[in-house]
Amino acid sequence: MTTQVPDVGAYDREWRGVSAEDAEQISTAGGVFLRERSRRLLADLARPHKRSLWLVAVAVVLQNAAGMAGPYLVSVGIDRGIPEMAAGEGPRTLLLVFAVFMACAIAQGGLRWMFFLISGRIGQAMLFQLRRRVFTHLQGLSLSFHEKYTSGRVISRLTSDVETIGELLDESLDELVMAVLSIVSIGVILLVLDAPLALVVLLSFPLLILLFRWFRKHSALSYRRTRETIALLIVQFAESLGGIRAVQAFRREPRNQEIFESVNGDYKLANRRAWKLIAWFEPGIILLGNLTIGAVLLYGGFRVLDGELEVGVLVAFLLYLRRFFAPMEDLSVLYNAFQAATAALEKLSGVLEEVPSVPPPAQPRPLPRPSGAVGFDDVRFGYRSDSPVLPRLSLSIPAGQTVALVGATGAGKSTLARLLARFYDPVEGSVNVDGIDLRALADDDLRRAVVMVTQESFLFSGTVAANIALGRPSASRAEIEDAARAIGADEFIRALPEGYDTDVRRRGGRLSAGQRQLVAFARAFLADPAVLVLDEATSSLDVPSERLVQRALRTILTDRTAVIIAHRLSTVEIADRVLVMSDGRIVEDGSPADLIGDAGAFADLHQAWRDSLI
Amino acid sequence: MSEDRSTSNKGSLHSLWRMRSYLRPYIGQMTVMGIAALVTVGAELAIPLVSQRVIDGPLADGDSSGLWWLGGLALLLGVLEAVFGFVRRWVQSFCMLDMETAIRNDLYAHLQRLPVAYHDRAQTGQLVTRATSDITTIRRFLGFGLIFLVVNVTLFTVVTIYLLRLYWPLGLLVVLSAVPVAYFTLIFEREYIVASRRCQDLQGDVATVVEEAAVGIRIVKALGRRRTIGGRFLHESRQLRRASLVKVRILAKFWAILDLVPQVLLALVLLIGALAVAAGDLTLGSLVAFVSLVVLLAWPIEALGWILAIGQESATAADRLYEVFDTEPMIADRPGAHDLGAARGLLRFEGVGFRFPGADRDVLHGIDLTVEPGETVAIVGATGSGKTALTALVPRLYDVSSGRITLDGTDIRDVTLTSLRRAVATAFEDPTLFSASARENLTLGRLDATDAEIAEAISVAQADFVYDLPWGLATRIGEQGLSLSGGQRQRLALARAVLGRPSVLVLDDPLSALDIHTEGLVEEALRRVLAATTALVVAHRPSTVLLADRVALLEGGTITAVGTHHELLDRVPAYRQILSAESDSDEVLAGGRR
Repeated sequence: MTTQVPDVGAYDREWRGVSAEDAEQISTAGGVFLRERSRRLLADLARPHKRSLWLVAVAVVLQNAAGMAGPYLVSVGIDRGIPEMAAGEGPRTLLLVFAVFMACAIAQGGLRWMFFLISGRIGQAMLFQLRRRVFTHLQGLSLSFHEKYTSGRVISRLTSDVETIGELLDESLDELVMAVLSIVSIGVILLVLDAPLALVVLLSFPLLILLFRWFRKHSALSYRRTRETIALLIVQFAESLGGIRAVQAFRREPRNQEIFESVNGDYKLANRRAWKLIAWFEPGIILLGNLTIGAVLLYGGFRVLDGELEVGVLVAFLLYLRRFFAPMEDLSVLYNAFQAATAALEKLSGVLEEVPSVPPPAQPRPLPRPSGAVGFDDVRFGYRSDSPVLPRLSLSIPAGQTVALVGATGAGKSTLARLLARFYDPVEGSVNVDGIDLRALADDDLRRAVVMVTQESFLFSGTVAANIALGRPSASRAEIEDAARAIGADEFIRALPEGYDTDVRRRGGRLSAGQRQLVAFARAFLADPAVLVLDEATSSLDVPSERLVQRALRTILTDRTAVIIAHRLSTVEIADRVLVMSDGRIVEDGSPADLIGDAGAFADLHQAWRDSLI
Repeated sequence: MSEDRSTSNKGSLHSLWRMRSYLRPYIGQMTVMGIAALVTVGAELAIPLVSQRVIDGPLADGDSSGLWWLGGLALLLGVLEAVFGFVRRWVQSFCMLDMETAIRNDLYAHLQRLPVAYHDRAQTGQLVTRATSDITTIRRFLGFGLIFLVVNVTLFTVVTIYLLRLYWPLGLLVVLSAVPVAYFTLIFEREYIVASRRCQDLQGDVATVVEEAAVGIRIVKALGRRRTIGGRFLHESRQLRRASLVKVRILAKFWAILDLVPQVLLALVLLIGALAVAAGDLTLGSLVAFVSLVVLLAWPIEALGWILAIGQESATAADRLYEVFDTEPMIADRPGAHDLGAARGLLRFEGVGFRFPGADRDVLHGIDLTVEPGETVAIVGATGSGKTALTALVPRLYDVSSGRITLDGTDIRDVTLTSLRRAVATAFEDPTLFSASARENLTLGRLDATDAEIAEAISVAQADFVYDLPWGLATRIGEQGLSLSGGQRQRLALARAVLGRPSVLVLDDPLSALDIHTEGLVEEALRRVLAATTALVVAHRPSTVLLADRVALLEGGTITAVGTHHELLDRVPAYRQILSAESDSDEVLAGGRR
């Protein structure tokens, strides 16, 4: 494959994945690469349907054959049927013609019906496959990708882009089959009929090709722009409506409207650019066809007058010529849809090409019964290469220990937690559970081993029970309720209008932040991991709820390892060990009692916290 | 998932008809497009007729000047077809895109006006597909389908009239062919409208799952629930595929029938015509002309299928749009609402009750509370006692269900929303940030904020870290401030609230995500602001409560005690239970384990 496009390698890196998303002006070679990639994806999606596609092609050909019989039958009816009748021989031929005509009509209708059914089924199957692949792939990509690639973009890829491809598949592909077929076959017939006239027709070809090429080049640019602007539009739309409370409370509506109208305007302009190209392109094809027909009519006419050509040949030529250029027009419409779809495919294939920066292991090591011993070996990590957050961290937590992480904002506590949950991989060194590097664990084993609860407790729309069950989808209702009870969430859930079956609505908007945290806690409890990581997971709880959670934690954590980050040092009371972090390093390490006794940073923090309680 | 999905043909067509107001500014252009389409179709049909004339006339007679004439005419018609095709598309690229853009702007504006209660229930994915594919579908029909509907009906009528005059019995047959077309169209419409609506709804559902999965990606990762979420997505996608195939089946049947009708018509015309010719009622030439004209009719009939399909789709799309447009913004300026002006900040709740729209019980009831100008009152209550709901009532994110809230003695529903929300600023418990610069995230609606005001707000909230961002205040903060920690986001949200010194501050647990050290600094700075500002502060911690002059205890949706922190601590056991740091209250624990 690579031999076909030898310079792909040079552009490989540059255009890999989604890095070309914002680049509208793309060099020719880069463009070739993107198109290649899109075409490969399309071919990939179509491959399983090879046999059905052949069936469709056959149906189209047969259907057109049935259609072609019409004019012939008309001529038979008129030339033979009527004279027969006039001669008093009865309507036998005529009735026969009628019967065959009806049979052809029904065959044509039936074949067309079949064609729509099969091609519709193929199209929907391809779209389904595409959606599934892109979604699954996106979900597999690491957080570092999602932090840059906003949810609005994800939505636009999986809705607007996929629909654009759907439009191509909806465009009757029969036209493509017929167009190619009739252009080739009629071209041959024309040459056979009369070479000089056929040459006149051939003269239009270079112009046609130029027009197609011109359109391809410019429309590729403008359709790319269309895809990009619709993504921006969806980003602004979804994000601002998602944060509508803040928008309304701070009167941002006019400014939002301004931004939205501006991106909507950009989208309009991008579309208009594409439409203007079509406005030149499609009539251009028609014009070329009409001019050719006119030229043939005149040139052929004079040759007939000069006696060099028979009238019959000219008549046939003109008839065939119409069948030659009509599919060309269809082809131009189809080509336009194809160009639009290619731009969408470029974006989608880009997403599919992204490699997760936290990749699944090639050969996972099994960890069926994790005990929960955690180790950080010389871990170096930073979100950006120039500023390490954890310069070099080593830490060993024996199974079953409860560790509290304390330290000022920016000390690297959350980063440590995220590394342990494998949201990121360390730049150097390794993080391991039971001595196995996290990078060697399959997703299922990893999550059986480590689960993290953060302070932002995102809930999916659906019932409370469904949200808790996310911790362990196989859990029974009783287990779900047990988990909620253990964490002290049972009471408020039962007080909801429909108890556990109450719909929490979008983002869990029906619940308060504290209630959401309780649900998130119950979820993690239900997941029953060997290592539980709590990153500020109790920040929004009121004191009684927090006490309940603390109390519950005492029992929950007896047989598992826990890493707890909390600004409220009440958590420390249940910890076996406290780590004080500063600038990505562990500066104090010991039991709470020991550290309070020392005159270190923790003792100060502890004092400050005690003071804040009254 | 959306509330009301009943679809009726009549209702949908009505919705589409209501869209006409968007077409009104473009009547002129629409007319031009219609005429251009007619000319195009006319020229397209005339070219073969001219060719025919060339062969029958000049070529048969050996008339070379006639050949020039007619050949020139064919060329002219060819150019006309292309030029008018160009004109139609060119005009279309202006007015139809303008129209589409206008509908989308209006939809967005309306959605921004709808109250929070609406958005709590709305699915983002459903709204996104309304704003994108639904509007596009409508544009496609109004800008293209509608025009060709008119053109095709015109063509059909003209040709039919001509045929009736040529030989009326056969003409009548052509007219009668409209009967099966109409019959099948009616059946088609009834089936298709349901299928079309279902597909659009499912597209929205798919988008909703996508949106949730994308926003909640960290939860999905943290719990390793890729497969669960993937399963949900596949379920919706499969439903969509199934619904689309229903659509395909209906279309395939309808389109095949529309293909069949002209063919059968042609066969019948040939049979009956030939019999008529044999009987001497019709000349052969007329029959040939008749047959070729009937062939012309095939295209408009076939195209009808496509046009009707997008017509139906745009009708249900219009339905979906009007479901949004017809939702009245329940929270809006009353007629005669006046500007609040500079508020002193006397905030009073008078017998306030509140229930969420559609809920069957009150979240709050009988709330009476006065916050004097400059006073800070803390709201303390157990999880789920209605604290957050109470704070949302002040800037009218929700409206009270009973009683009233007054600011400086005026019912807050009697002043304009803009002036009320200028006077009242809120720091939410969820610090929502937008994909915009840090500066823009601070100012939000107050575009006139000065640099000095911004600097002051940042210093109060101890949010100096923004200066250390790569491009300082100009740094674009990622979606939902993903690149910021929870504490940083909360400080930005606080800075946003105190910016420009609002008359009334509503702080919903503003310090929960801060570490002890930062919390102390913020408290100190906040105290200065609160000294001169009326404020309601939802508090979970004693340290936050100490910011307030008085405390109101919220229990079971109403205020059961008001006083200073120490008074309540001494006097009210319930308050002690909620706020006391001592973990000796085993009764609470016992209560929770019940």
